[in-house]
Amino acid sequence: MAMITPFPSPRGKFSLFKLNFNFLKKKKASTARESQEDLGILVFENTSEVIQAENFLKSRGWHIQVKGPPPGIQSGCDLVIVFPLMEKLIIMRQLTESGLPPIEMVPVTDPLLKPVDLFQVKDFGDYLMVRAANMKLTVDKNTGYIVNISGGGCPDVPYLAQEMVGKHLTEAPRPGKIGHTLCGYALELAHQEMLKQCLP
Amino acid sequence: MLAIIGTVPDEKFPLTLGRMTLVDETICINAERIPVNRGTPALIGAAIKAGEVLGLDDIHGFLAGDIGLGHGSRKLYHHLTEQLPEMKIKTLVFHYLQPDVDWHNKILFAVEAMGKKPVLIADAGFMYAAKMSGQARCYDMFTPDVGELAFLADEIAPHPFYTRGFILHEDNQVPDLIRRAYDHGNAATYLLVKGCVDYVTNEEHIIASVDKPVAEAMEAMGGTGDTLTGIVSALVASGMNLPEAGETAARTNRLAGVFAHPTPATQVIEIIRQIPRALTEVLKSPHIKD
Repeated sequence: MAMITPFPSPRGKFSLFKLNFNFLKKKKASTARESQEDLGILVFENTSEVIQAENFLKSRGWHIQVKGPPPGIQSGCDLVIVFPLMEKLIIMRQLTESGLPPIEMVPVTDPLLKPVDLFQVKDFGDYLMVRAANMKLTVDKNTGYIVNISGGGCPDVPYLAQEMVGKHLTEAPRPGKIGHTLCGYALELAHQEMLKQCLP
Repeated sequence: MLAIIGTVPDEKFPLTLGRMTLVDETICINAERIPVNRGTPALIGAAIKAGEVLGLDDIHGFLAGDIGLGHGSRKLYHHLTEQLPEMKIKTLVFHYLQPDVDWHNKILFAVEAMGKKPVLIADAGFMYAAKMSGQARCYDMFTPDVGELAFLADEIAPHPFYTRGFILHEDNQVPDLIRRAYDHGNAATYLLVKGCVDYVTNEEHIIASVDKPVAEAMEAMGGTGDTLTGIVSALVASGMNLPEAGETAARTNRLAGVFAHPTPATQVIEIIRQIPRALTEVLKSPHIKD
């Protein structure tokens, strides 16, 4: 048996940095002053509906964030939208009119889980790999083609790989559009970061 | 019988149960044909290839199409809760399934109702649900990668997407994460951890660590964790004990990777092709390192 050796530190090969979630905030809001009582959560059937609703509400300029649900309503692969409770009626109306009604809307009473906000970037020479949470996306630096997708455990990961690998970074379907789970959401974040890394 | 439960990335793929074979690198199950790519098909391909060396040909699939909406997973869950108690299965492997705690618990009840409890191995989405349900100790082996190990070590996170930053931090060494996962009751009897160093561990101590040979590009390749789970599943189903199977699988997966001369663009089928050669070599010389 091999000797037990410490797990090699990725320092030096990886760059590790915080994901800026400010892109979710269209308004300059005084989040720090907002108490939990000011906030509500929108619960949807699945993550793909959350992503659609997130994109819709962001396009309307709403100040929203995506977070993990409180323990009482966790089922296993969940994401909720946090919104200012005072805007409940108008947000509900807009979502319903756009065909994206949530299945539940409740005030925030418990601490919410924060998505992983760390990226790792690893340079393999001709290839660049970006990791967001448990998902990794690798691109050929010379051609811009996606060559591999790895990590994750939800059933849309093999599907996303099937649809994206072999296509150009800018032409492949976006995981945020065709993914349905938290792994799909993480891959969307990796894809966004890869675009920043690769495109001028 | 080795039974593999998982999903196929095709929404139209029906609920399909049966013995599986590999013909021209395509998985055959009843009238269905599945290309070997990452995910459960990669696990199956690896298990069948390892089975060729081990004389194991009784590999059955419980498969359904699922692209992330959970429809196929729920069909499988529903079928299994009804059928498992009557089935005779030696090794039961759960893989890419929609994480759902309620269904997970129903499956576990069905397993407990079986005449003889099979060896239980879980990876991917079903491992996430097993951890979140608080029932991880009911399993004989989990096969996480290092990121998933951090998730197991985080007693709060319901999914790797929510693993807290201080646990993910690079200063946390794998043995620390293993300790933390066991301390919180979120690990199976054995863990086979895939990473720069592969670890086989139980609650008491790290049983084996495998750091050679190295094919660095495997980190970027989709499906290399699935092949590891497939190899260890076949070894366990062939009668090898879990820790030995874990170490043998880790060595075989690494050696198959080296034989494939991979780049980050290599697809997992290239590694699966090399499994019989790699496993034969590892079984001849169990402590091969380079």
